[in-house]
Amino acid sequence: MPSVSKHLAPEEATASPTAVSVRELSVSYRTTFQPPPLPGAGRWTGMWASRRRVQQVQALLDIDLDVPRGEVLGIVGANGAGKSTLLRAIAGIVPPERGRIEIRGRISTLLSLGVGFNRSLSGRDNVLLGGLAAGLDPEDIRSRYDEIAEFAELGEHMERPMKTYSSGMSGRLAFSVAVHMNPDILLIDEALATGDAAFKAKSSAKMQELCANAGTILLVSHGLAVIRDLATECVWLHRGQLMSRGDPEEVIADYATYAQTKQHAPAIYDDE
Amino acid sequence: MSVAVAPPAPPSAPQPDPRDGVTVFEAHQGGLPPLRAYMRELWRRRQFLVHMARAKLKGEHADTLAGKLWTLLNPILLAMTYFILVAVLLQAQSDSTLYLGSLLSALFAFYYTSNALRMGSSSVVGAGNLVMNTAFPRLLLPLSACASALLLFLPMLAVYAAFHLVAGFPLGPQLLAVPLILVLQTGLSAGLAMLMAVANVFVRDTGRALPYAIRLWLYLSPVLWTIDQVPESAVRIVQFSPLYPILATWHQVLIDGRGPDGWLLIQAGGWAFVALFAGAALFMYKERDFAVRL
Repeated sequence: MPSVSKHLAPEEATASPTAVSVRELSVSYRTTFQPPPLPGAGRWTGMWASRRRVQQVQALLDIDLDVPRGEVLGIVGANGAGKSTLLRAIAGIVPPERGRIEIRGRISTLLSLGVGFNRSLSGRDNVLLGGLAAGLDPEDIRSRYDEIAEFAELGEHMERPMKTYSSGMSGRLAFSVAVHMNPDILLIDEALATGDAAFKAKSSAKMQELCANAGTILLVSHGLAVIRDLATECVWLHRGQLMSRGDPEEVIADYATYAQTKQHAPAIYDDE
Repeated sequence: MSVAVAPPAPPSAPQPDPRDGVTVFEAHQGGLPPLRAYMRELWRRRQFLVHMARAKLKGEHADTLAGKLWTLLNPILLAMTYFILVAVLLQAQSDSTLYLGSLLSALFAFYYTSNALRMGSSSVVGAGNLVMNTAFPRLLLPLSACASALLLFLPMLAVYAAFHLVAGFPLGPQLLAVPLILVLQTGLSAGLAMLMAVANVFVRDTGRALPYAIRLWLYLSPVLWTIDQVPESAVRIVQFSPLYPILATWHQVLIDGRGPDGWLLIQAGGWAFVALFAGAALFMYKERDFAVRL
């Protein structure tokens, strides 16, 4: 895996009740962009004249976060607050710029479109290839394949290219794959927004089942009702910083107040 | 890059499975990821290569009428095009059977490596969703691009073998060298695929310029012409191409019907080693930044 630094012995893993521990985590992206031409530039020359600039985007700044085993942590925040980046850093996809992340257990990610990376391939191939890339045993994937296909309710669609799927169908398949990988820690990014009402009910039942089995879940969603229903704890991210943490009702209330008034965010809350 | 804190495990003890243990991600200041852990993770996913290569070819031909037949049609049409261009239009060759044989073998061999380069250059950039959403050793991507190129090369070899038999080209013990040449060429192709993959992530112009570079490389390689048609002064330049020793040994074994030249094999092995080593090192040095650069 890209930034695995070390693995400790399993005894140490079970000794601590913390599943995910994040310390002083900062992440930044480098992007290049072309500033708009100055007003004086000619219509044609302006296209060529402007220089490209490199900009550093601070996605996360000094995040400290402990997620105990069995907790369902909701993460709320505006677009671009760093929610997805936080999940990607925890999954080991995006390297920390500073700080340290410790994971105890096996992670399964359901990040926007984890499955369906190659849309000209069939659903079956995508499940198999996604699972193999995630490091699952090929036999493991085959034995769980039927369960995955059945839960996603895709039937013969599994043999068709994923470009023929509706967004709801892709979402159902992605969710089904993620929850059937028997993860200790499940990272979910906006996946419950897809699927029809019946599937939403089924998926939240499945999530509750996972929580009951002491699974740890980190859940990013703009659907505040989903967070309220499932999360046992909630954090609010704003421009890469942790604004508040605590009871989902209270944190959501804070966030909702901010979102409605678009006021400046209140002072950083303590952990409790 | 990453602080490579190697696990101080005793050599006899089994490596802790990352599923049970603690996984730590830290900021990295440079260097390579811990190699043993990396290679173990890569090996665990070896089936990905085969499935990815197969699925990719299946996906490419899914919309066409001829379907899988295209993997055979492509090399035949390719060879016909160049044969008409060079032999018929230019009337450059005296013995057209001999010329066609050497054209086929060299062209197919060239396409194996150039396909690996082409597919390698898009392997990481084109797998954005997978790279953004799953943690895995990214070397898997250019390696599977090379596996795809190899899968495309096998039907070409079959087409050539049919021609070889029909045209009565030499058969003999020298053909035992074919697997060795194939292994050396695969090493070179995989290494170049890694280099192209990492170059294209950081400088997207690589992918744009590559088709022209490949075309130029084709004209500068002994594919459409043979080395004895080259003026003395240019021979050295032609021979310096990383693909030259491979193409020359293919020609010796298949067309001349003699054992491969030892010095050429050493050169081919040297190029393969350099390409693999440089490609893998640069790729692994840079791969942890892929997710923030896609």
